[in-house]
Amino acid sequence: MRASTQAKLWYAQRISAMVLALCVLVHLVTILYAMRGGLSATEILARTRGNSAFALFYVVFVLSVVVHAPIGLARIAEEWLNWRGRSLHVTLAAVAILLGATGLRAVWGVYAG
Amino acid sequence: MPVSPSSMRRNDWRARGNVGYIAFIVHRVSGVALALFLPLHFWALGTSLQGAAALEGFLRWTDMPMFKLAEWGLVVLLTAHAGGGVRLLIIEFGRWQGPRKRWIGAAIVASAMVGILLGAIMTA
Repeated sequence: MRASTQAKLWYAQRISAMVLALCVLVHLVTILYAMRGGLSATEILARTRGNSAFALFYVVFVLSVVVHAPIGLARIAEEWLNWRGRSLHVTLAAVAILLGATGLRAVWGVYAG
Repeated sequence: MPVSPSSMRRNDWRARGNVGYIAFIVHRVSGVALALFLPLHFWALGTSLQGAAALEGFLRWTDMPMFKLAEWGLVVLLTAHAGGGVRLLIIEFGRWQGPRKRWIGAAIVASAMVGILLGAIMTA
């Protein structure tokens, strides 16, 4: 991989990490709040259905994960499994698509479902 | 002075007892665990497209203690990954002040607090 591409990926992972740090903080508070008295579908959907601010927040969260996770997994695959090159890039592109598709579907599900 | 391979190996193993190395391992392992968990998490929430009953069915299915423990563990790992990640961002983008080991302590405290709080909420 070209050095300039590597540098761009490094930056993309760090910028997404900065966004994720804020998202995770909000998400953790939400989890602790939502878990009181146990989780129920009615309770979750009452908060999320038609709530655009909520949906926008989680779209940003999902997209940041799509950038962040595959780059991190790539470093681990290269350093620990000695797996690199085209097959790794194709696999991680598939991981990114899987995370993006299932993630956005989940946001759509609790927003409009 | 040339460094012999055996002394490099010794140094390697000594470095692995360092708190920074442990933080590195925790960051990687938690990252992989979160990456594996996320598609399942997203799929579960996506069941709401089939209506509230489908999501409710999934939630009740995961009421088993094994799932509860896994959920708790993942939230703790998420906190550890985020805390450790903030430390790395500070090391990389902040003014150089060494390995910022206090941030490792802060990440451990945050993870423990979230773990205790969530555990109390889940078992209440």
